[in-house]
Amino acid sequence: MKKSVFLGTLAAAALVSGMASATTLDDVKARGELICGSNTGLTGFGAPDASGNWTGFDVDLCRAIAAAVLGDATKVKFVPTTGETRFTALQSGEVDLLVRNSTWTASRDSELALDFVAVNYYDGQGFMVKKDLGVSSAKELDGATVCIQTGTTTELNLADFFKENNISYQPVNVADDAEAQRQYTAGACDAFTTDASGLAATRATLPDAENHIILPEIISKEPLGPVVRHGDNNWGDVVRWTYYALLIAEEKGITQANVEEVLASTNDEEVKRLLGASGDMGAKIGLDNAAFKNAILAVGNYGEIFSRNIGEGTSINLARGLNALWTQGGLQYAPPFR
Amino acid sequence: MTMAAELPKENFRLSMLIFDTRYRSYTIQAVVLGLFILLIVWLGYNVDRNLDERGKELSISFLWQRAGYDIPQTLIPYTNDNVHFRALLVGLTNTLAVAFCGCILATILGVVIGVLRLSNNWLVSRLMTVYVEVFRNVPLLLWVLLSYVILTETMPAPRDFRVTDEMAAAGEAPAAAMSFFDTVAVTNRGTNVPSPLLERGFGSVDLGFVSVNLTFLAIVLVIAGSVYSYRRLKSHARTVQESTGVRPVTWWKSLLILFAPIIALMIALGLHWEVPVLKGFNFQGGILVAHAFTALLLALTLYTAAFIAEIVRGGIQAISRGQTEAAFALGLRPNRTMSLVVLPQALRVIIPPLISQFLNLTKNTSLGVAISYSDLSGTLGGITRNQTGREIECVFLMMAIYLSISLTISMVMNWYNRSVQLKAR
Amino acid sequence: MTISYTRTDMLPAMAPPVSQRGLVKWLRENMLSTRLNVALTVLATAFIAFVAWNIFPWFWNSVWNAGSLAECRAIVAASAGEGASGACWAFLKPWWGAFIFGHQYPVSDRWRPVLAFGLLFVALAPILFAGQRRNLTIIFSVVAAYLLLTLYLASAPGLAFALAMLLVAGLVAVSQVQPERLLWFTLLYPALCFWLLWGGSIWSPIVAMAGFGVLYAIFRFASPVIGFAPAAGAGVVAAVLWWLFADAPLAGTLQEMIPVDLLRVPSDKFGGFLLAIVIGVTGITFSLPIGILLALGRQSDMPIVKMLCVIFIETIRGVPLITLLFVAAFVLGFFLPPEADFDLLLRVLILVTFFAAAYLAEVLRGSLAALPRGQYEAADALGLDYWRAQRLIILPQALKISIPAIVSSFIGLFKDTTLVVIVALYEPLKGITHLVRQDVNWKGIYWEPYIFVGVIFFLFCFGMSRYSKYLELKLKTDHR
Repeated sequence: MKKSVFLGTLAAAALVSGMASATTLDDVKARGELICGSNTGLTGFGAPDASGNWTGFDVDLCRAIAAAVLGDATKVKFVPTTGETRFTALQSGEVDLLVRNSTWTASRDSELALDFVAVNYYDGQGFMVKKDLGVSSAKELDGATVCIQTGTTTELNLADFFKENNISYQPVNVADDAEAQRQYTAGACDAFTTDASGLAATRATLPDAENHIILPEIISKEPLGPVVRHGDNNWGDVVRWTYYALLIAEEKGITQANVEEVLASTNDEEVKRLLGASGDMGAKIGLDNAAFKNAILAVGNYGEIFSRNIGEGTSINLARGLNALWTQGGLQYAPPFR
Repeated sequence: MTMAAELPKENFRLSMLIFDTRYRSYTIQAVVLGLFILLIVWLGYNVDRNLDERGKELSISFLWQRAGYDIPQTLIPYTNDNVHFRALLVGLTNTLAVAFCGCILATILGVVIGVLRLSNNWLVSRLMTVYVEVFRNVPLLLWVLLSYVILTETMPAPRDFRVTDEMAAAGEAPAAAMSFFDTVAVTNRGTNVPSPLLERGFGSVDLGFVSVNLTFLAIVLVIAGSVYSYRRLKSHARTVQESTGVRPVTWWKSLLILFAPIIALMIALGLHWEVPVLKGFNFQGGILVAHAFTALLLALTLYTAAFIAEIVRGGIQAISRGQTEAAFALGLRPNRTMSLVVLPQALRVIIPPLISQFLNLTKNTSLGVAISYSDLSGTLGGITRNQTGREIECVFLMMAIYLSISLTISMVMNWYNRSVQLKAR
Repeated sequence: MTISYTRTDMLPAMAPPVSQRGLVKWLRENMLSTRLNVALTVLATAFIAFVAWNIFPWFWNSVWNAGSLAECRAIVAASAGEGASGACWAFLKPWWGAFIFGHQYPVSDRWRPVLAFGLLFVALAPILFAGQRRNLTIIFSVVAAYLLLTLYLASAPGLAFALAMLLVAGLVAVSQVQPERLLWFTLLYPALCFWLLWGGSIWSPIVAMAGFGVLYAIFRFASPVIGFAPAAGAGVVAAVLWWLFADAPLAGTLQEMIPVDLLRVPSDKFGGFLLAIVIGVTGITFSLPIGILLALGRQSDMPIVKMLCVIFIETIRGVPLITLLFVAAFVLGFFLPPEADFDLLLRVLILVTFFAAAYLAEVLRGSLAALPRGQYEAADALGLDYWRAQRLIILPQALKISIPAIVSSFIGLFKDTTLVVIVALYEPLKGITHLVRQDVNWKGIYWEPYIFVGVIFFLFCFGMSRYSKYLELKLKTDHR
């Protein structure tokens, strides 16, 4: 049984198809498909269902970028990555970008040679405990057992927090979110720590949500955002401005439903530039002028994405909080589009 | 290939390198070596280009940077202020601990099951067959995951041990109680066992480059001394037996020699046990054995024991029936037949495959990543690699360490194997 | 009249005492013979009773139809009373396909892996049952029945259905007339399987296969002229040149002229048991030739070749598979040219093949050593050169006696495929199960998916190990 031909074919096919050209943008256009590194499955942010359809907050950003670059929001391939494989996948060129609740830190920016181009979700690390534990502050957790996901910044933050407050803890490492939830529910740890959004998502899906509280301390800043490889600035611009376009759209009241209407009726020059009716903002970064219009048309503005996937009323049930627009007291602020 | 003897001397021609069997092997080896070197050069060139492209360089200096993360179970002192190298050592000791305990437990369980499988008790032998087949034919990963979840789901939470004032007043017992005379507490976080503490020690001596803990040294010396004297006693008894035919009574002497010195030393050092007590959220004091460790150990033991049982069964069955009959004819009782005739011979058949099971078990400890056990692949290959972004260095270092563990085990076990094999002359 | 004190007719034999017959005797002999045995029996019975007592109600209260875990729990509570526990298997309905094919494999094309799997047995049959018409017929009819059923269930398009049936029917006919010709199908199967699973143009596997044709042709014609080894070398060089330069353009041209293609399915859409089987089967088949070469190299009397083989085998065998998967995921990319783009599954396949090859090499070394020395000497005495001796005398015997061990290696490899979850491939045990547990409807489910996957693995592996036992017996009788 000589199957070596298999390898030959595979290798040849891979070699031919994979000749990398100069920039990521050209690659994506030539390929006709955006490859987006995503979570292996985190409810609300990015998870596939039984038939392989991906949905979620991060997933929609990928779709928006695909719509902007290729004009078709369905031309995205989602490559699942774990907390441990994600940066390698990006560095090695396996994925074009990573939209996978990854925290922007200095060392990742420098040592790992990555560029965080925007912050699509401002998060912070918190703790969830059972109500009957009688704890109201994280500082009372002396000696507690804490469940923590490995391969993330949270384990470093946790170590720092307990050290600063001079109290001890017993870490229980877990591999993923579902496992953390199981252990926490089974009582194998007193507290569960991860990003506050994750805590809220977990709490919302517990059958007895009212018996669990999220402690007030937020022990870290966790700006989560899309990541690209260092050194390809044009591609970074494409990702960054697609994201900002969604923000501006919310600011200007442009939604998925009314985008054509607004385009026809608006007098706002910034909106016109955004939707490609005047100027050539898209062309300047190598896209179609209608790129951002396509993005909004495909997934809606930032607010719509938020409320559809993780907002109040969904099973995740997160308030906008820090992620409200700057005009509404939040931190989401897009530079002017001109 | 046989060499034709005494060929007439002929002049060397270049074509002989291909067509003459005497020289062809040199050609082939040269070609192979050349290709191999080419391959290495090509790989090195690629690595160089890839590293350039990603702006990295190879260096293991990251091992001496602060690790910054905590490890749930540490056999040697470790805090998050220690360097990555220390985290590596913690991972290595955790790996070795599971492997060592696993090998011992799996051997014991495997031998018991292998013997029971041959039992003439129908029910028991069937039960053991079911055990062996079920455990051998399902991926180890499943057993690891399941034993972990069983431990965390079925054991009581620490709060169940608490006796509140109302309960004390009403005379109710708490929902869970400590076992082994109130010294061991099994909770859903782990097993709390008492830890030995010494009141006095001999201190340590700093030799400049390394500091030697004299207490530890003393314990090792005393144990070694006891074992040595015990062996002397045994060989003396054997000499007496061979010359007079009567074996002197040694059992109380051996017990005395083996245990008295170490007990005396412990008393001198003021040994006492620190028993875990419930304080705050958890049991404090004593040693906490994390469930990730217990679960991994349990799964590895059960899984490997199924394989060892088959080896033991095969080994016993390989001994010819005549051996047993001859032993019976000599008037040996069944259990003496087993221990003096069958097992020593079966051992020779059993040991070589047993070595490879030990190696498998040791390598399989790396499955601990699935339940986030902090072994070598969890610390060095997991968190350290992930936090520092040094994939090549971490992965190859990890492979090198595993390889040296494997080679050491097979070296030691092969040496043991040689010592029990029949010396063919 | 004489009084006879001697009985002249035999009394009918009395029934043995109760303790010496029937169930009681059997029990006394098999379960209660000694005190130790009594104790063991009591212990075993208690254990079985304990397990049954705890697990049986859970199975008994199983729910098979529900939309979510909460609904499931409600049904259990309604039917078995509050607080009763019951298994919930209803998740299988939406996730069934994901467990078998992976959640991303196109639903409309699921008949392709099904077909490839059925044909795998057709391809294996000529090797395992060479020349045995009856067994071949049995295998083929089972495969035909399997394909009829599964292709129907997977709603394969009519054309594919008809072609598959035609293919099997043709092979059955061949097996009746010239069973040895079936080996041709076995040789073609890899290309066919590749095309079915990954899709794309049919010409790329065909043209790639043609490379072997080139190799063989050159070898055949050059061999009488320049000798065995140089001809083989020339053939290999020509084949490599063919794959490097002629392959892609030729396949492209043919595809333009006669376009025949299936929907392309990239390897990251593989998952579930499909992924496990793909990794296991390709790993073991690729590793077979490499393993043979390594085993021969290790036995060789050329020190450099021997050393390289020993280093390779012992390094691979000395490290856990997980570290090799780490290499595939994190490191292998550094060792390939920056412009090459091997996807993760391909990299994993490469490392898994190395892994399996090292183990197979050890298995084969054992078999080579087990051959009587006389076989080697006889080959030498006949004046056969090294490769002829190996090909005609040594390897056929060594491979035959190592078949059971190869099957065992395959079982081990198949179980080990579950580890690829560590590098984020969706294997069934933890990968797909993780998705189920992540699904909003099924959050909180734990035991059932694991048990489901475990049972399937057990059936596969147990079946194969029984088969290898049977083979061992069969091969033993005709050997001694």
